Amino acid sequence: METILVSLAGGLLQAFEPLNLFMIFAGCLAGLFVGCMPGLGSVNGVAILLPVTFLVPPTAAIIFLAALYYGAMYGGAISSITLGIPGASTAVATVFDGRPMAQQGKADKALMAAAIASFIGGTVSIILFTLFAPPLAAFALKFGPQEEFALMLLAFATFIGLGGDDIPKTIFSILLGLVMAAIGFDIISGQPRMIFFDMVEFQRGIGFLVLAIGIYGIGEMLWTLESTKGKVQMHSVNITWARMKENFGQIKDYINSTWVGSVLGFFVGTLPAAGATPASLMSYGLSKTFSKDPDSFGKGNVAGVAAPEAANNAASTGSMLPMITLGIPGSPTTAILLGGMIIWGLRPGPLLFTESPDFVWGLIGSMYIANVATVLLNLALIPVFIRVLAMPFTLLTPIIFMLCVLGVFATTDRMFDTWIMLILGVGGYLLRKLNYPVAPAVLAIVLGPLAERSLRQSLISSQGDVTTFITRPISLTCVILALLLISYPLIQKFIRARKANETAA
Amino acid sequence: MTTRTAEILMGFATLFLSLGLMWNVWSDGLNIGWVEGRGPGAGMWPFWLSLGMAGASAATIIRWFQGKTPESRSLEPYIARETIFLVTVSALSILLLLILMNIIGTYLSLMLFMLFYVRFLGNHTWGMTMAFVLGAPIFVYLLFEVALTKYLPKGWPIFEEGFLWLDNFRWQYF
Amino acid sequence: MSIMKTLTVSALALAVSAPAALAEWQPRKPVEFIIMAGTGGGADQIARLLQGLIEKKNLSPRPFIPINKPGGSGAEALRYLQDKAGDDHTVMMTLNSFYTTPIIQEDLGVDVTQFTPIGLMAMDTFLLWVNTDRDDINDLDSYVAAVKGAGLDWKVGGTGSGQEDSVLTAMMEAAFDYEVTYIPFPGGGTVAKNLIGNQIDSTVNNPSEQMEFYRAGNSKPLVQFTGERMEAFPDTPTAKELGVDIEYYMQRSVNGPPGMSEEAVVWYTNLFQELFNSQEWQDFCTSDGLTCDNFLNGADLGEFHATQVVAHKNLIEQVGAEAITGE
Repeated sequence: METILVSLAGGLLQAFEPLNLFMIFAGCLAGLFVGCMPGLGSVNGVAILLPVTFLVPPTAAIIFLAALYYGAMYGGAISSITLGIPGASTAVATVFDGRPMAQQGKADKALMAAAIASFIGGTVSIILFTLFAPPLAAFALKFGPQEEFALMLLAFATFIGLGGDDIPKTIFSILLGLVMAAIGFDIISGQPRMIFFDMVEFQRGIGFLVLAIGIYGIGEMLWTLESTKGKVQMHSVNITWARMKENFGQIKDYINSTWVGSVLGFFVGTLPAAGATPASLMSYGLSKTFSKDPDSFGKGNVAGVAAPEAANNAASTGSMLPMITLGIPGSPTTAILLGGMIIWGLRPGPLLFTESPDFVWGLIGSMYIANVATVLLNLALIPVFIRVLAMPFTLLTPIIFMLCVLGVFATTDRMFDTWIMLILGVGGYLLRKLNYPVAPAVLAIVLGPLAERSLRQSLISSQGDVTTFITRPISLTCVILALLLISYPLIQKFIRARKANETAA
Repeated sequence: MTTRTAEILMGFATLFLSLGLMWNVWSDGLNIGWVEGRGPGAGMWPFWLSLGMAGASAATIIRWFQGKTPESRSLEPYIARETIFLVTVSALSILLLLILMNIIGTYLSLMLFMLFYVRFLGNHTWGMTMAFVLGAPIFVYLLFEVALTKYLPKGWPIFEEGFLWLDNFRWQYF
Repeated sequence: MSIMKTLTVSALALAVSAPAALAEWQPRKPVEFIIMAGTGGGADQIARLLQGLIEKKNLSPRPFIPINKPGGSGAEALRYLQDKAGDDHTVMMTLNSFYTTPIIQEDLGVDVTQFTPIGLMAMDTFLLWVNTDRDDINDLDSYVAAVKGAGLDWKVGGTGSGQEDSVLTAMMEAAFDYEVTYIPFPGGGTVAKNLIGNQIDSTVNNPSEQMEFYRAGNSKPLVQFTGERMEAFPDTPTAKELGVDIEYYMQRSVNGPPGMSEEAVVWYTNLFQELFNSQEWQDFCTSDGLTCDNFLNGADLGEFHATQVVAHKNLIEQVGAEAITGE
């Protein structure tokens, strides 16, 4: 314990060196900017700024990249709330409630909740990281395919009730997402699947961002164009000190969701297969299930913004854990960070902590500072972000369409995906007009590939024996939790009915 | 078209889509069954889930005939007359943008896109229009091309040459 | 007099060669550096390291942009390169799926011998790894005995059916006459993690994917599938020493699309030759157990590819495509 504190103090001191401090602020700002562009996320920022960092020593460089990673995580929420387009895959769940809040003229509240929840999520998870890195790394190793599949079950369970009231349409939407996730090359059998019209591009599959930007970018804009007749603009907000103070006072409305999201996000993030996107989705689902007023979710509940934001920030810190302790990237971004560390002559792996303590503790120290820096920057910039909403619709729309097209292109470098995005966007809009819920399809395409792969890996390793999921302790726990979650709404109904009976009697 | 008609059409569209997916998986010769000792085959997941989609579509169609969904009783137009123009134009303009990006390149097509949207749809002043027509490509160039080193589509070789000539100034002087 | 003559001649030569050097081909726009695998894997690490070195040493007037095209075991990347025929601003970092994918996916319509060979950066090697917890397994004999005892309960992790390691696993099954359960994972890093976490029993990872766990004492190599023992693993016997005829490498070469212009090929070849000779690259090779003795290029590399294609065709025929794809 004492050694941890001493090392941490050393790390913090290192982060306060002028060069490193400058790197933190520059990184946060750059990350914020890249993150709030639809489709562009930390992956782009980190990958591309890598060469720039040859100019500075490795510790300063990794601090810069980590700050950028943080900034991008915060930035994702900004476009989710103001534009209704998820800035990054991790910010999809933020759209569900952030967008309605902006439409109700509460964009500043949503942005502030997102910033504060992100800050809490980030901080909680760095503290957990500092204290428990080695035992957690050992725990993460216990996660085999069976556990991953059980975790996916749990994730799906948290989403019971997310769909609309039309059950066949909700089922259709979920299944459509799951089937779309299966398009492409199947690594288990080594066979291509559903390669329509023999186009080799389908071998890559349909990326999650393509669907999310199509549905929430293009589809949502068409929807808004229609409902506003292209004339009315969104409610703009005047920011005053009094209003800011009032917003601060609202923390109690979402603090519980934030704590839950932070801890959940951190644990899910540390598991090498999962990462921040499932974490934020699970956190949203949990927060809805256990809310006193689940029906208000999706219609502008501030807890629905805080929960996924806390989780995705916590998870992004969490996903550094397997990278630093094991040398295994927990997310695409950390994969590229890993590449950077190799160029600097650092060897990420189980020995990094002992062989390069300065580097590791400098990084951890800077994560604390970066988190503070980003929340300050973010709060200061809220008035700027709000200005976007005051733009006339005929100016905002072409900008959004432009960013959707280029953002999708930038994620995979191929025009093919932009075509798919347009088709899915228009299709999603037509479906939505008929009361088909679209969110389940987006969730299914995220979780689908993980679920199918881990299911098949598990069954191959158990030679087709299905009981493998309930004979392993961690997997069994997840399965039981999932069952409890699925039955929770029923139990709740039952209890309520009984209470009503008692009062009646 | 009324919402009522649209729902039944969509019901059949999704049904055929699902059956098409099932046929696609089947005709590729993927194993849709359980492989002894290995669990699900490569085609099992997409095939049976598509079957589920077909089932859900069928349920929607049946519910339409029973008049159970609010949409099946609604005689409101599917897309309101005054907005059908705006929505169609928006979707078509993106389509055109994508096509043009392959021919005259990203920057020129973005300029046309902005001109069309801001001036002809939005009826903004020429000053505002020019700010968007010139501002958008410059912003995109600086963000994607310079900062993120993404090489955006440049269209046919003649347009690419033109771009490279301009782009060369950046490399020579900065 | 002869001195004067020499001077004049060399001055003339200089005058002639100077404009020639100026007119030398150089990239006029950013170069697409295609990686036929996903982020984080061995090929990706190498490509990004090379990109970093190009940037750091200022070797190219335009940047190299790494682009991952992992779809279909490299099928997407191969087709992309094929369709880029005649383009001078695209090069690709390849691995062995360069050979196996066109063989397994016959209707892809790609003939890799048509591509423009640029340079062979390294030969990556394979070792057989088990977790150090397995006290009962210390050499190949005890390994084979353990596998035979476990039968299909023995789980070998790999990076996907049809990938190099599944070929190697099938080769071992044939050589030792046993059968194992092969579990595909996305990427060598995940395989390594599952070995350390005891989710799988053995794997044939590349050294770079296991190096840190090996140094930390979490995993141990039993056999190396090389001709001679590597510097990094002096105590691990090769399969050939033990009388098993398996030698298998992973090539890490850079290739261009078909019909690249000759001037461009010269420029790229020089660039990668310089990278190959750099201290940084050679250090990386030593520490990660890659073999970087020879920089093959041009016709030599083309010939190398041709023989490898034939070898892989035979290999896949021998072990049977089903043994590799699993179904």
